[in-house]
Amino acid sequence: MNIVPPAILRRSSSNPLVTMKIFLRFLFTILTSLVGTSQARLTIEIVGGQEGAQPIAVVPFGVEGGGVPPEDLANVIANDLARTGRFKPMPPQDMLTRPYAADQVDLRDWRLLAMDNLVVGQVRRRPDGYYEVDFALFDVYRGEQLANMSLPSSPADLRHTAHRIADIIYEQLTGTPGAFTSRLAYVTSEWGGDGQKVTLRVADSDGFNPQTIVSSKDPILSPAWSPDGRRLAYVSFENRQTAIFVQELASGRRDRVASHPGLNSSPAWSPDGGRLAMTLSRDGNPEIYILDLSTRALTRLTDSPGIDTEPAWSPDGQEIFFTSGRGGNPQIYRMPVTGGEATRVTFKHDYNGRPSLTPDGRSLVMVTRVNDQFRIALMDLTTGATRLLSRGGLDESPSFAPNGSMVIYATQYNGRGVLALVSTDGRVGQRLSQDLGEVREPAWSPLPR
Amino acid sequence: MNKPFAPAAILVASLFLGGCAAKPTQDGAAATLGGTITTGLADRAPPPGFNDPNSPLSQRVIYFDYEQSDIPPSYIEVLRAHARYIGTTPKAKVMLEGHTDERGTRELNLALGEDRATTVRRFLRAEGVAESQVGIRSFGEEKPAQPGQGEAVWALNRRVELIY
Repeated sequence: MNIVPPAILRRSSSNPLVTMKIFLRFLFTILTSLVGTSQARLTIEIVGGQEGAQPIAVVPFGVEGGGVPPEDLANVIANDLARTGRFKPMPPQDMLTRPYAADQVDLRDWRLLAMDNLVVGQVRRRPDGYYEVDFALFDVYRGEQLANMSLPSSPADLRHTAHRIADIIYEQLTGTPGAFTSRLAYVTSEWGGDGQKVTLRVADSDGFNPQTIVSSKDPILSPAWSPDGRRLAYVSFENRQTAIFVQELASGRRDRVASHPGLNSSPAWSPDGGRLAMTLSRDGNPEIYILDLSTRALTRLTDSPGIDTEPAWSPDGQEIFFTSGRGGNPQIYRMPVTGGEATRVTFKHDYNGRPSLTPDGRSLVMVTRVNDQFRIALMDLTTGATRLLSRGGLDESPSFAPNGSMVIYATQYNGRGVLALVSTDGRVGQRLSQDLGEVREPAWSPLPR
Repeated sequence: MNKPFAPAAILVASLFLGGCAAKPTQDGAAATLGGTITTGLADRAPPPGFNDPNSPLSQRVIYFDYEQSDIPPSYIEVLRAHARYIGTTPKAKVMLEGHTDERGTRELNLALGEDRATTVRRFLRAEGVAESQVGIRSFGEEKPAQPGQGEAVWALNRRVELIY
């Protein structure tokens, strides 16, 4: 079901038309009862062409002894691969045969269909209730078997196992680790009977299994994953003041690590997970600080009379990149984490902010303003070359996939906040939206360890 | 003009510019809101003048130009009236809530909203208001007064609300 609320429902408002509000709340109650609970899932739509994508056949998995697996693993794998823009999976209805074990495969069938690669697999039920998921990957033209593995999986983890298989296939075929087992954190904003509800959620990289991390009537922003993927730092406005929280996902236990007078914003984890860079304005204007999470020692890094915010760590942990207004308009600077001189990084365009480094530290993504449009740009730190990745409007909050292959960001579609994905080569894009409400502030998790 | 992202400049020229309260710049929709904004007002009886459209005290939202934190000259008299009210009412306390439109990054907008609130506080302090009577906070772009997009909407969202 796809119900889009009228524009007036989408954002918080101090509109004095109280009767209108009551009516809209009534209307909303009807809408929510139609749509169901807050477990709204992100749906992914692929936008843009897939020219040059490699044809691959992922045959529907079989079950030892017959039947259909409890989860359509082949479909999960095929969708993972398709979303990268590098693969074009064959629709199952076009397949002439449906082998599910390596010894049933006749590669001539697949050469006829002009497939570069083939994946077959099956699920075996173990006596203890677990499954073994077997799969094999073939290079159709060379006639080679590239992988043949068996992964144990609990019944509840079958989707996750499918993502692991997609990761293995992706790495075999591209040389780069896959990121399908990673997760997305994002903030949703929905309107309910008692006003705006802002929720920080975490879902699988394909939008499935959304979980609520924290929910509030007040804004939540800037979610940031710890390097081990077990905790999220975020900014919450509970009691109408900003504070930075660190929350452990498994237990839900959370810790308020910064609630100074003024702003407490933009948390960013050090690569070793021991420190948080953040923006505080407790000394009068926004400056970057480093908080040691074990000793709680707070060190001020910047000292400029303008705005300094949006810190990001270099992957080696030696430098902080940040946005500063010290030159008159927002630009990105870098400085050693031990302090010292800040060096300006961006020079093109009069608004560059929200830096985020690639996992290899060679480039950064940022928000840049071009002709009054806010767009996502990728900058090579060695050459300074900058490429626009998004078409713009109001694009913001870019975050890299942990393998550096894609960038997720927040954008507007039909006047509504949605997420978008773009490959760093700009070839393929996707849109992630919820049936109801706005989605924003995406943060891509590290790869699970 | 003072660029809010740049090092904070002290209000000089605008302190001496008078004029009557203005609607948001380049905006048609403002008229529908007029002086009736009631955000954050407590249940207790409002102070005299707060609901009198002829009193500057009925104006409790200051609107700003895009990316600017300077108080537009047309709001100077409004803020002076508030400063006089607070100065003569020892129990009065005002919270200045800074907001921005949705353009630009969320974190920079938090900083910009704070800069706007800080500018208003600096003005009130210069007019003799005690530090203990005025607080600031910023919501950046997170709590727009009006949903939607376009200059008319954005003009209503770039604001500092005076909440007593």
